[in-house]
Amino acid sequence: MSFDAHPDSYRHWKLRVEGELAWLVLDVDETAGIVPGYELKLNSYDLGVDIELYDATQRLRFEHPRVRTVVVTSGKDRVFCAGANIRMLAASSHEWKVNFCKFTNETRNGMEDATEHSGQTYLAAVNGSCAGGGYELALACDHIVLVDDNSSAVSLPEVPLLGVLPGTGGLTRLVDKRRVRKDRADVFATRSDGMRGKAAVQWGLVDEVVPPRRFDEVVRERALEAARNSTRPQDAQGIELTPLERETDDDGVRYRYVQAKYDRELGLVKITVHASTDENWPLTVTRELDDLILRLRTNETELGTWVFTTAGDPEAVLAQEHRLLTDDSWLGNEIRHFYKRVLKRLDVTSRSLIALIEPGSCFVGMLLELAFACDRQYILDGPPIDDEDSDERAAIQLTPANFGPFPMGNGITRLQSRFYGEDVTRLSELDKPVDAVEAADLGLVTEAFDDIDWVDEIRIVLEGRASLSPDALTGMEANHRFVGPETLETKIFARLTAWQNWIFNRPGASGPEGALRRYGTGQKAVFDRKRV
Amino acid sequence: MASPINYDEKIPNNVDLSSDRRLQRALEGWQPKFMNWWSEMGPTLETHDVYLRTAVSVGRAGWAHFDHVKLDEYRWGIFLAEREQARTIGFGEHRGEPVWQQVPGEYRADLQRLIVIQGDTEPASVEQQRLLGLTAPSLYDLRNLFQVNVEEGRHLWAMVYLLHAYFGREGREQAEDLLLRNSGSPDSPRILGAFNEETADWLAFYMFTYFTDRDGKYQLGTLKESAFDPLSRTCEFMLKEEAHHMFVGTTGVDRVVARTAELIREHDTFDIAPHGGIPLEIIQKYINFHYTVSLDLFGSETSTNAANYYTAGLKGRWQEGRRKDDHKLTDTGSMLETPRADGTWGGDELSTILMLNVDLRNEYIADCEHGVTRWNRILAEAGIDRRLKLPHPGFNRGVGVNSAFHISPDGEILDEATWTRARDKWLPTGQDLAFVQSLMRPVHERGKIASWVAPPTNGINGKPFEYEYVHLP
Repeated sequence: MSFDAHPDSYRHWKLRVEGELAWLVLDVDETAGIVPGYELKLNSYDLGVDIELYDATQRLRFEHPRVRTVVVTSGKDRVFCAGANIRMLAASSHEWKVNFCKFTNETRNGMEDATEHSGQTYLAAVNGSCAGGGYELALACDHIVLVDDNSSAVSLPEVPLLGVLPGTGGLTRLVDKRRVRKDRADVFATRSDGMRGKAAVQWGLVDEVVPPRRFDEVVRERALEAARNSTRPQDAQGIELTPLERETDDDGVRYRYVQAKYDRELGLVKITVHASTDENWPLTVTRELDDLILRLRTNETELGTWVFTTAGDPEAVLAQEHRLLTDDSWLGNEIRHFYKRVLKRLDVTSRSLIALIEPGSCFVGMLLELAFACDRQYILDGPPIDDEDSDERAAIQLTPANFGPFPMGNGITRLQSRFYGEDVTRLSELDKPVDAVEAADLGLVTEAFDDIDWVDEIRIVLEGRASLSPDALTGMEANHRFVGPETLETKIFARLTAWQNWIFNRPGASGPEGALRRYGTGQKAVFDRKRV
Repeated sequence: MASPINYDEKIPNNVDLSSDRRLQRALEGWQPKFMNWWSEMGPTLETHDVYLRTAVSVGRAGWAHFDHVKLDEYRWGIFLAEREQARTIGFGEHRGEPVWQQVPGEYRADLQRLIVIQGDTEPASVEQQRLLGLTAPSLYDLRNLFQVNVEEGRHLWAMVYLLHAYFGREGREQAEDLLLRNSGSPDSPRILGAFNEETADWLAFYMFTYFTDRDGKYQLGTLKESAFDPLSRTCEFMLKEEAHHMFVGTTGVDRVVARTAELIREHDTFDIAPHGGIPLEIIQKYINFHYTVSLDLFGSETSTNAANYYTAGLKGRWQEGRRKDDHKLTDTGSMLETPRADGTWGGDELSTILMLNVDLRNEYIADCEHGVTRWNRILAEAGIDRRLKLPHPGFNRGVGVNSAFHISPDGEILDEATWTRARDKWLPTGQDLAFVQSLMRPVHERGKIASWVAPPTNGINGKPFEYEYVHLP
């Protein structure tokens, strides 16, 4: 499965840019599902539709710096979007469903991120019926305009019709973002036909309703209003997101700066990130990591452990990072937020993440964040394993990058999560390389092993990890990684997703007589009446 | 203090309206809005009074009363067919259980949706036909138009009664919305496509009442099977009235064909347009158009909604009771003819329960054939060797498996360019419509009739054709 896309070859979306406004028009090609076996009726979507949406949102940020408002609407008559395709869900394996929902959530969070941090506001122009995931897409926008034609409604019919949840942000955004009163949210989410017109506005489900004849005009007005308050540049040139240099084979994936090597026996991937002085390095390495995470999640579900290493000159990374953190142009801002989003992807990746910090590595500042995103960090206290005469030693270095610009989904930094409840500003005075012993003393790594123990200890760690229950690990890691406060984002990935994934596995949804299996057969689901 | 309204006098009914306070309150709010809608969206032509049939009871002894009444004083009543005491559910997973007198919570949303969609079509046709009175070919036809209109109005009442009586506050809101949507409105169109098309002339009106109202007959037939007894009984009574609408269509087209045949014989040419008649090819094009947009009303060939409605007992098959199967349909398959990209027809085997729309549509198609047979008999008796026919069900479709293809009336799968080149041979052109429109000059004198249509063989309720069915101011 590839995540490459380009507007010239979209099957489902049309991206139209007019000065400071852009239109993202959903017009799903029914026959172009990403895997065979279902038709994408009524603008319903699958992973392929979402891959294009993600591509469009990324290009809008990097290639179209002048775009201040993005209008998400439908190219079909009287249908905005019917949500995720149910037959696709019913036919998908559990890991596919979960991964698809996660990616969908990340894309929607990215839309909110663009609205909040890039001056690129998303606006939903709901010009037809809008159900389930379709409404969740609208919920990810800053403002929802619904057509008032006496029939188009917004709805979350998952509970009444499918016995599952609106699991891509729906329930959470309803109450946490739009502040729909929770008793009303309960009423709304149990009504298969949803709500429309003035009542939908009264309940806060949409921001306004507009009759069809004035719809386009009002949407344009709102788009221009949103554009007025934007910080986007007036005259900047975008930079093109050209295809990534990527080689793939059975043993791994190799990009320009990032390599991934598979060890199928141990069920792991060794990921190496290389430093460079090339001025395009920050954006390229970010894109490569992003692509790698998405591909590994989708294509390599049995490689349960990701081992992160880095290679190159720490000074090069420090220089790159300094440039990036002090760059106050729109592009600097975009790259910083992109890197932040890629780190967030790691935070919610259901794989065991382990950082190995060895001599010759460059875990400093922004690359050290990769290590802090991991579940464990091991540092080698001694010479390189294959060169015991070398005097090169492993070290890490904290920089301003570790104290704010790349927060997690819970709103705090990885260091704050690591030392939750303590004041981490004491660490900001370090400002120099920290060797293995000191790193262990400071609690910045899990363990420092000397060169005699290193190979064996690491082997035991990795073999031990591979022997544990993948499900239990996923649950455990997701709990430990998010120390501290809850936010909309963490609720979506934890509370909503976890319950959804539990329900997906229950007979009421996935059993032979469950709602997902029975959907489209004309037969009714049979539920186990016991409350659990 | 207003004097109490005598409901039974004002609103003929058999639902015990005079003692049902909830229903009274709902109707009091709705009725003025309905009258408002009627004066704005109902017939445009001013009349003094019209010889109309009013439903006054449901007994066998005679349910209808005929008299001249002012249109806005027509007594729209609420009638359900008589209740069958031991009626049980005839299909789906509840088969054999007693029917429901109240809406089960589980099916509330679905039932409401079904009733709203049915209810939405009733006033839509009144709106589509509001200008036709201005060009009526005879007083007899004018009266029939108004009869159809007031009865569609009553069918709206029937659906509104169900919404008011069984669906609480939301039902009342939905009932109000039925008056807010309008046919062809850019801001607030009717729910179904065919009910937003124009009915611009009387040939279109006859075709509409033949083809499109017939769809209504079949939809009502499926709802008549419903486990929700009040819906079933309401639809059963509506079917009685609907029969007259179809009669208007059938005999209307009969009379156009008869007059066309007459003119062909008289002038010994098929080109009868200069002689004030409607040529056979235009009649055929109208058939092609109205038949195919009506087929779209049956929805997609495969429908999970229809399947779910069936399983739940909400909507059955046409004459469910006469079907010889298990009435559950979960274990049988049926073949669906589908067009293929290579230009051939193929077959797909699908679960029978997913193809209920096709089942209903096939019943409908067979029924439509009867009319065509009648019209062809008229041509044969006149010694004319041309025949009318129904196009292939894949032709000119906007819904379902055929909608992505370009299919000729003979069922040939064509490329888009070929189809588009031939389109004007198959479907009414702007020119055809303008020509038919040019014939539409009103004839409002007693016993007279327009040039393009033959008089009926019988009048209404035993009255002659010359009877003054409508008193004009």
